[in-house]
Amino acid sequence: MKERDLIDLENVAYTYSGGELLSEMTLSIASGAFYFLTGPSGSGKTTFLKMCYGALVPTAGNITIFGQDLRAMTRDDIALTRRRIGVVHQDCQFLDHLNVVDNIALPLAAAGQDSLADGANLKELLNWVGLGHRADALPPELSGGERQRAALARAVIMSPDIILADEPTGNVDWEMSQRLLQLLVELNRMGKTVVIASHDLSLIRAAKTEVQARVLRIYNKRVQLAGANL
Amino acid sequence: MSASKDDSGLPISHDGSRDRVVPPTGFTAGLTTFTSAAMAFLVVFALALALAADRLSDRWSAALAGGATLRILAPAEQMDSQLAQAVQVLKTTPGIAEVRVITPEEQQALLEPWFGPDLPVDALPVPRLIDIREDGRGYDPQGLRLRLAAEVPGAVLDDHSRWQRPLVKAAQRVWALGLFSIVLMGATSAAMITLATRAAMAANAQVVAVLRLIGARDSYIASAFVRRFTLRAFFGAAIGTAAGALAMYLLPSKKDQAMILSGLGFQQLQWLWLLALPPIIAAVAFFATRQATRRELRRLR
Repeated sequence: MKERDLIDLENVAYTYSGGELLSEMTLSIASGAFYFLTGPSGSGKTTFLKMCYGALVPTAGNITIFGQDLRAMTRDDIALTRRRIGVVHQDCQFLDHLNVVDNIALPLAAAGQDSLADGANLKELLNWVGLGHRADALPPELSGGERQRAALARAVIMSPDIILADEPTGNVDWEMSQRLLQLLVELNRMGKTVVIASHDLSLIRAAKTEVQARVLRIYNKRVQLAGANL
Repeated sequence: MSASKDDSGLPISHDGSRDRVVPPTGFTAGLTTFTSAAMAFLVVFALALALAADRLSDRWSAALAGGATLRILAPAEQMDSQLAQAVQVLKTTPGIAEVRVITPEEQQALLEPWFGPDLPVDALPVPRLIDIREDGRGYDPQGLRLRLAAEVPGAVLDDHSRWQRPLVKAAQRVWALGLFSIVLMGATSAAMITLATRAAMAANAQVVAVLRLIGARDSYIASAFVRRFTLRAFFGAAIGTAAGALAMYLLPSKKDQAMILSGLGFQQLQWLWLLALPPIIAAVAFFATRQATRRELRRLR
């Protein structure tokens, strides 16, 4: 593992009861880089991301997250690690009884940093994702794009080192997907590592004008570097 | 990597965010409050029964311990002489402190509840009674019986132990049964609250998943449930205890009670026991919920 690698996978395999999904994956997620992870539906993109934030443990091989062996991590270690990893799901889940601003501030509350949720920082974050006017709305009242942006705001509120986004543009139109992509690119420019799992090649092509992205492709259970340029 | 100093997750802490992460509604709220109220109500009665049995046992033990009765059934013309002879025997028996002949008037008063005030005791072959009090050493009942058989043929010694022991034993068993019932109710409360907690966690699976995803530790997630269930159990128990106490207070007064209810209830400082019930039931809920949440959370990655 190189010093600036955040997540290291070494000969990782993942087997479901139905058979092997991922095999012999060796990869390092470098700090400050921008990755696209592509592959057809069911190829294992989500499984890959879940292993990266410790929600799944590989059935073979080793994963090191911020220098810690995933298998040796306690439940508390995993919780603390997730404060350094922002996750955005396609079906971004919220606490439906809390309004947008409370949902976004939830990671701070869980980390005992409620005081940071007050004031300008949170307002600035809401404005950055374009939800300043929807702060008091409940999640079920949000559109698909608004939900994705709220999920992104929640993912970055702890100022994580890496953002893992699983099909973040899956439920939104092209214009909104461009807007989301722009936000992720901005985060990358701030020094954050970004990994986007997507099967939408047009999104990846659109990104090449904005950022130097490395494209990883899951093919035949293995991950391949598809190249820096599309 | 180190945890924030404030997120250690004391199971019950004054932290508004924890209270809010779990939706406030759901059938488990009512179930927990109702169960706690019902159990507290029943515990009040079990406690009253146990305390009454304990008092009864003490009273019987104190009243009957060290006492005996001598019955003399003899032809009328021999009654006085046998009575005098029996008193003489008793007064010279080591271990007997006091001997008192029950007067005919006292005997009439004893029989009055069964035969009415107009009973002609003199006309009936009613035995004469002598009340015996032991001293600290006690007497030898077998030896006394032998002496009486030789010197007062119409005398029968009843040292009370024959019926005292089963009564005291029965009262002690009722007391133990009362305590066992209280323990059983506590265990039932814990089981019900555990089920309610598991149901609440299942109903809030998305909440738990989101909290895990954003880096909440198990202690934080558990405390959100534990605090809520503990408070519900406390308020439920307070309501149940108050209702139970009122019901006990409204029971017929001691002098009006039938024999079977004699002494049922709380006396003086014993009422203070009831103040302990809501905190105890809340503590049961606290440990049951904490155990249940931790067990459920361990199943998630």
